[in-house]
Amino acid sequence: MIENRPIVSIVSHIVLIIGVLIVGFPVWITFVAASHDALRMTQAPIPLWPGPYFFDNLKDALFVGLGGSGSQSAGLMLFNSFVMAMVIALGKISVSLLSAFAIVYFKFPFRMGFFWMIFLTLMLPVEVRILPTFEVVANLGMLNSFSGLTLPLIASATATFMFRQTFLTVPDELLEAARIDGAGPMRFFFDILLPMSRTNIAALFVILFIYGWNQYLWPLLITTDQSMVTIVMGIKEMLEAGESLQQWNRIMMTTLLAMLPPVLVVVGMQKLFVKGLTETEK
Amino acid sequence: MLKRVHFGPSWLPFALVAPQILITLVFFMWPAAQAVYQSFLIEDAFGLSSEFVWLDNFYELFADDIYLNTFFRTGYFSLLVAGSSLSIALFLAAMADRVVKAALVYRTLLIWPYAVAPVLAGTLWLFMFDPTLGIISYLLDQFGYDWNHKLRGGQAMGLVVMAATWKQISYNFLFFLAAMQSVPKSLLEAAAIDGAGPARRFWTIVFPLITPTTFFLLVVNIVYAFFDTFGIIHAVTEGGPAGQTTILVYKVFTDGFIGLDLGGSAAQSVILMAIVILITVVQFRYIEKKVDY
Repeated sequence: MIENRPIVSIVSHIVLIIGVLIVGFPVWITFVAASHDALRMTQAPIPLWPGPYFFDNLKDALFVGLGGSGSQSAGLMLFNSFVMAMVIALGKISVSLLSAFAIVYFKFPFRMGFFWMIFLTLMLPVEVRILPTFEVVANLGMLNSFSGLTLPLIASATATFMFRQTFLTVPDELLEAARIDGAGPMRFFFDILLPMSRTNIAALFVILFIYGWNQYLWPLLITTDQSMVTIVMGIKEMLEAGESLQQWNRIMMTTLLAMLPPVLVVVGMQKLFVKGLTETEK
Repeated sequence: MLKRVHFGPSWLPFALVAPQILITLVFFMWPAAQAVYQSFLIEDAFGLSSEFVWLDNFYELFADDIYLNTFFRTGYFSLLVAGSSLSIALFLAAMADRVVKAALVYRTLLIWPYAVAPVLAGTLWLFMFDPTLGIISYLLDQFGYDWNHKLRGGQAMGLVVMAATWKQISYNFLFFLAAMQSVPKSLLEAAAIDGAGPARRFWTIVFPLITPTTFFLLVVNIVYAFFDTFGIIHAVTEGGPAGQTTILVYKVFTDGFIGLDLGGSAAQSVILMAIVILITVVQFRYIEKKVDY
C-alpha cells in the first residue's frame, strides 16, 4: 500500500466483487438449471434460484444419460475423459523428460536436428493438420481407441523446453559425483534428475491434465463409437440430440460434471498451476 | 545447451529421443507434408483420381469471396476477443493490485474459467442467450430488444466473442497481476510523494513497465482466438447464421470433413500453418529481446 485512501480501496473491492459475480454468473445459472426438473426448464423465464431436483438430475446424468438412442451416461464419458487426460499428461511428460535428458546430457550425432524437429511441433497444432493426421490414424487402425485419441497429441515442444531448462540449472558436480560413485546414465536420471524436477513435473502435470481433459476437435474426429465418447464432446452431442426439445436440466448437469474436475484441479493446486503456466510460456 | 560434463556417444541417447521423434514424424511431420502435397492437387468427388495443379487451389481460395471474408472475419474476431479480454483483465488486475492482501483471494475467484473447455464455455453462454429460454435474452426482451443469434449474424458474433472473452480473462488477469506486483514499490512511492494520484501512477509508471507482459499476452490471445475457439463456435453457432461466425479453423474443418474438398482444405491448412509460423517467429524474436524501456 503506497498511501491510505480508503475510498479508492473500497471502490476497488466493489469493482472486483462485481467482476467475480459476472464471471461466476454463467456457472450459477448452470447450477440452478441442473437443480430443476425438465418441465420447469421449458418455461420462460427460467428460475434464478436452485430447485429440489439436484440429486435426481445428478443420478440420471451419471447413470442414465439423455435416455434417447445412442446417448451415453456421464459416468462412462467421465471415465473416458479421465483416461484420455491422464494418458496425454503422463505421456507428454515422459517422452519430454527422456528427450530433454538426451539433448542436455549426451553428445551424439543429429542432436540439434532432433531438437529442431521437436521445436517444429510447436508450429503444427492439431487444427492445421486435421485431415492428413486423421488419415494417418485411420490407416493405422487407431480410430475409436485410446491410442488414437492420445498418441497424436503426445509430442510436446513446450514440455521438452521446460525440462531442458530445468536440467541446465542442475550443477555439473552432481553428475561428476554420480560418475565417481559408478552410476550409469539411467541411474543418474532416475535417482538424481527425476527427484530434482519433481515440482516442475507436478506443475506441468496440472497444465497438461487440463489440456487433455478439454480436448475437443480431435476426439470429435477420431471417435464415432458411442462407447469412446468423452464428456466434453458428449455435451455437444446432447445439444444436437434435443434440437427440438432440449432437456436443459440434464444437459446443464452434465456440463457441470464436465467442468468440475479441471476446475477443481486449478483451484486446489493453484500454486502448481500458476508455476506451470508461467514456466511453460517462457 | 549441452552440459560441460556429459555422456559420450552410445546408442542410449537415440533410444531416449526415439518415442518423441517417432510421434513427431508419424503424427506431425508426415501429415504436415501431406497437407502441403495435397494443397497442390485437385481430387475428383469420389477420390478416384487426382491432378497436380500447382498453386491453383491457392489462387482459387484468394479469388473466393467467401474465403476472403472468412479471412477478414477471423482477424476482426481475434482483435475483438484479444482487445476485450485484455482490457477487462487489465482493469481487474489494476484493482486487485491495489488491495494487496486480498489480491490472492480474488485471483482464486477469477482464475477458474481457464479450466473450462471452450465447448463448455460456449454451452454456458448459449444457455443464457437461448432465444426462447435464456435468462439474458428474456431480460433483453423486457427492455424491448429482440435477441435471436440464430437469425442475426451480428448477435451471433457478439455471443461468440463474449464466450471467448469470458474464458480468456482469467489467463490475462493472472499474468497482469503478477507483472504489476513485480513493479518496484519505491518507484510508486516516489511518484506518490511527488503528488501523483493512483490513476496517474498507473498510466505513467505501472502500464509502461508491464508492456512486455502486454505484448506477450497480445500474441497469446491472438493465437487463442485463432485456434482455441473452435469449440465455442461449434457449440454456439456452428459457424452460422449463413457463415457469419465461421473463422479460418472452422472453415478448414467444414470444408474438409463435411464438404470433402481435400485440395481446398489442404490449401487452407497450409495458409494456417504459415500464420502459426509467422506468429511463433514474432513471439520468439520478442522473447529474445525482452522489450526494455
